[in-house]
Amino acid sequence: MGETKYTEDHEYIRIEGDVVVVGISDYAQSQLGDVVFVELPKAGKKLAKGEEAAVVESVKAASEVYAPVSGEVLEVNAALEAQPGTINEDPEGTGWFIKLKLSDASELSGLMSEADYKTYLASIH
Amino acid sequence: MRYLPLTQDDRAGMLAKIGVDHIDALFADIPADKLLSSLPKLPAHKGEIEVERVMGRMAARNVTASSVPFFVGAGAYKHHVPATVDHLIQRSEFLTSYTPYQPEIAQGTLQYLFEFQTQVAALTGMDVANASMYDGSTGCGEAVLMAHRVTKRNKAVLSGGLHPHYASVVQTLSEMAQAEVVSLAPDLLAGEDLLSHIDETVSCVVVQTPDFFGNIRNLRAIADKCHAHGALLIAVFTEVMSLGLLTPPGEMGADIVVGEGQSIGNALNFGGPYVGLFATKSAYVRQMPGRLCGETMDAEGTRGYVLTLSTREQHIRRDKATSNICTNSGLCSLAFTIHMSLLGQTGLKRVAEINHANAVALADLLDGVSGVSVLNTSFFNEFIVRVPGNAAHFVEQMAARDVMAGVPVSRLLPDAGLDDVMLVASTEVNTDEDRAAFVDALKEVL
Amino acid sequence: MLNRQGRPTTPGTSVTAAHLTFTGNKALAQIEPLIFETGRLDVTGVDYAAPKPFTSRLGGMERKNEIGLPGLSEPEAMRHYVRLSQKNYGIDTGLFPLGSCTMKHNPRLNEKIARMPGFGDVHPLQPVSTVQGALEVMHTLSHWLMELTGMDAVALSPKAGAHGELCGMMAIKAAIAAKGESAMRNVVLVPDSAHGTNPATAALIHFVVKAVPVRDDGTVDPKVVAELAGPDTAAIMLTNPNTCGLFERDVLAIADAIHAAGGYFYADGANFNAIVGKTRPGDLGVDAMHINLHKTFSTPHGGGGPGAGPVVLSERLAPFAPVPFVRHTDEGFELVEDSAQATQHGAQAFGRMTAFHGQMGMYVRALAYMLSHGADGLRQASEDAVLNANYIRAGLADLMSLPFGNRPCMHEVLFDDAWLKDAGVTTLDFAKAMIDEGYHPMTVYFPLVVHGAMLIEPTESESRASLDLFIATLRDLAFSVQRGETERFTGAPYHAPVKRMDETRAARSPVLKYAPPAPIAEAAE
Repeated sequence: MGETKYTEDHEYIRIEGDVVVVGISDYAQSQLGDVVFVELPKAGKKLAKGEEAAVVESVKAASEVYAPVSGEVLEVNAALEAQPGTINEDPEGTGWFIKLKLSDASELSGLMSEADYKTYLASIH
Repeated sequence: MRYLPLTQDDRAGMLAKIGVDHIDALFADIPADKLLSSLPKLPAHKGEIEVERVMGRMAARNVTASSVPFFVGAGAYKHHVPATVDHLIQRSEFLTSYTPYQPEIAQGTLQYLFEFQTQVAALTGMDVANASMYDGSTGCGEAVLMAHRVTKRNKAVLSGGLHPHYASVVQTLSEMAQAEVVSLAPDLLAGEDLLSHIDETVSCVVVQTPDFFGNIRNLRAIADKCHAHGALLIAVFTEVMSLGLLTPPGEMGADIVVGEGQSIGNALNFGGPYVGLFATKSAYVRQMPGRLCGETMDAEGTRGYVLTLSTREQHIRRDKATSNICTNSGLCSLAFTIHMSLLGQTGLKRVAEINHANAVALADLLDGVSGVSVLNTSFFNEFIVRVPGNAAHFVEQMAARDVMAGVPVSRLLPDAGLDDVMLVASTEVNTDEDRAAFVDALKEVL
Repeated sequence: MLNRQGRPTTPGTSVTAAHLTFTGNKALAQIEPLIFETGRLDVTGVDYAAPKPFTSRLGGMERKNEIGLPGLSEPEAMRHYVRLSQKNYGIDTGLFPLGSCTMKHNPRLNEKIARMPGFGDVHPLQPVSTVQGALEVMHTLSHWLMELTGMDAVALSPKAGAHGELCGMMAIKAAIAAKGESAMRNVVLVPDSAHGTNPATAALIHFVVKAVPVRDDGTVDPKVVAELAGPDTAAIMLTNPNTCGLFERDVLAIADAIHAAGGYFYADGANFNAIVGKTRPGDLGVDAMHINLHKTFSTPHGGGGPGAGPVVLSERLAPFAPVPFVRHTDEGFELVEDSAQATQHGAQAFGRMTAFHGQMGMYVRALAYMLSHGADGLRQASEDAVLNANYIRAGLADLMSLPFGNRPCMHEVLFDDAWLKDAGVTTLDFAKAMIDEGYHPMTVYFPLVVHGAMLIEPTESESRASLDLFIATLRDLAFSVQRGETERFTGAPYHAPVKRMDETRAARSPVLKYAPPAPIAEAAE
């Protein structure tokens, strides 16, 4: 399994060669509460960094998931639509959102490492 | 003052407890030079007797629908509402409750909303209905915006048979929301060519049936063409009672059905409050405006109801909400639900038949008056009549003879060149005597 | 004497443990099925004579399939809805401290008057000569609203508060367009503490929403507004008193900053009830403000409507008011119903908000409320509402935390959840425990600028004794939190008709209407 990086918006990016797996962090799911709905992009869609990629909703909150890096959507985790609870149970595993084909690897350098993300989480509390 | 429980002693004691010596210390953040000492131009408080007298005097200056032969419709209808309905909606726990944010102590409201949604879905032939809108016209505006969200287009085509006020509401909202509207010319006899306006740029087509002029329309071909071009069909009604007899829009392929529910359970009230009915297909539920009630269970597995899919709404989504709507038309939807529960499909069908029968009887009589002609080939409880002269003038003169004959079309469409056309509605409240009085008064003024 | 042979009249040996009942009912707490489970398709509770034979003129569009809606006889319907009502909490049940919602007493005189045939049984499109009294109500109500707010015009027709906001912002948009500034003025400033309807309304008509951070004391800083405002500013939407229960003390400087930038000042009037008769928005630089008749002027909330949201407008915006409006002439009252007609009277109406003329039923109730209170009573009501909120603040400030310090509030007092930190009890738990004590909870988790917000608005309708009991109850609950009695909260409510509801289940697989159970044969497959 490749290296995992994080954004300040609590998305994670697991790097698997020139493909990245994107989802929301364990912290993000705990803040949202029970996830009840996700809206995912279509495979083939080209996303620019920072563009709205998905929407995730709990009972009382909704938030947009932004593309942490630019790239083309290779695959979406369609199983989430029927079982959104997976995002709560295993956010950084089976609860992944989309796989992106990276278009600019240099964008990865601006992201936080796992250790940095932990420090960041501690700082916002 | 009978509504204020505090005495002067209470107030003084409470100020002391708070630790200030004058009430204005609590208003200290208001700029001192903007603080008022009184409102000199408004009168002092009044007792019940005086308030009732003042308001009663104003009420007495209005002619009530029940006091005269009454044939006014055009989007609001005089129907009989069972006494049970008004008794029940005045129960404190319904009347003085809030939006059911705390479901454990609002199951009464939530359960009737669930019943309401079920009734509206069944009547319109759709998958799901919301917990109501302000009224039919604002619901129509919301339906158009919803279609734009679903189709990601922004052009609406409005039938010339759409109620002119509904068209104005859509026009105003669209102009402000920078969306395009194509309004077809007033269409007296449902002869317009809507199909030729449907193409890949169109988000939705808005068609009313029975239409503003009373004509009953078959929406099937319009639905098919809409769907072939990726557009939605919004079906509108202003007379919900018609659904007791007519093929529901859902069975003709409508994607959104929206209309006015006043006729069931609600009084005329000079135009409001009324209750907007709003239904759609399951696939579009997350794009729906307004409150939704859903079934669930409590912590012990007992069935119950909650407001659900709230993330569409303004209090969570703020500027990304599907609508800015905050409330529904709670108490009016309760009146609707109770009246509809009393009617059941059997009673609704019967009262709809009586409406139609009374309208047919009146149309036949009017057709027999020389110089007057009923224009529609089909109608439910309302139709248009051409009169020899100015319809507004005739309506005024008949009102002076204590007959409320209908609505001159020119009142809602002043520039359409339809000064000699009036809309006449007849419901279950009309009698043979009412119809005879109508014909007599009409002959006198012609 | 009869009692010697008849039934006992003392409780006798008391039963201490409740037993399960056969029906599942608990005396007055009744389980009530849906009408679709008890009604029958061939039953109706309304009797009509059969129509005389006639020839149908439905154009071949008769319904072919059954509707599928059962009916109830009158006694069944009566019992069903009475039982449902008993599962609801209303103002008449008890203190209803729902902040920002103004759950004050609803006088029944207003209900009686609204049901006078001269108001309830009048059609909106009758000849104007036959509805002079209805137009007089609209005209008189407008007069009261303009006097109370110090504004120049009023648009009565919006159907609710959010609809009023929309109307006011449309008037602003129309005024900007009339000056030819549409292309450049498209930003609306909205403080973080605002109701969600504010940004939703602005976004609906394609304004760009720019958030204004709230300063540490819970109010808006005019310097920040001045920095954010510029040639692109269309308006600010400011709630005053704000949702933290505080009067925006720099309102004049905020108004100046917006006006200096060429923008308009929209005031959300949801909290107008705190200042009626004490100050006038028109004197504070406001250009448009909606008034929730169902809050300030006590038309019933009805379980979520109908409301009414008339909008008062400054001189600058008055010409853009939508149709319809009432004019008083020498011949009586007349109704201006379309834009062309409005133009003849020098107006530039931006359009129409709704069919007909708005919420007449609410106008009647609100006017009856105003006449009952009079100028003196309305002012007293505002003072009492503010006094009651501050009395609660004084009674709880030592136990519950006030995010902006212990200083005077307006008609509602805002606590946060800092005092619950590490107690194992959340704001929601605390609210649910209030249900067990017989109270409707306060507004929770709003405004968003405060963590775990609890917004308490007692209104002027509560007596001192009622407030004392409420304060004592919340103090008892707070002590219970301190003692670590978390189960009193986390499982609450224990005594409501249902336990805590599973909202996740409702949202994950929505069931939005009744579906009959599948027939046995089908279910067995």
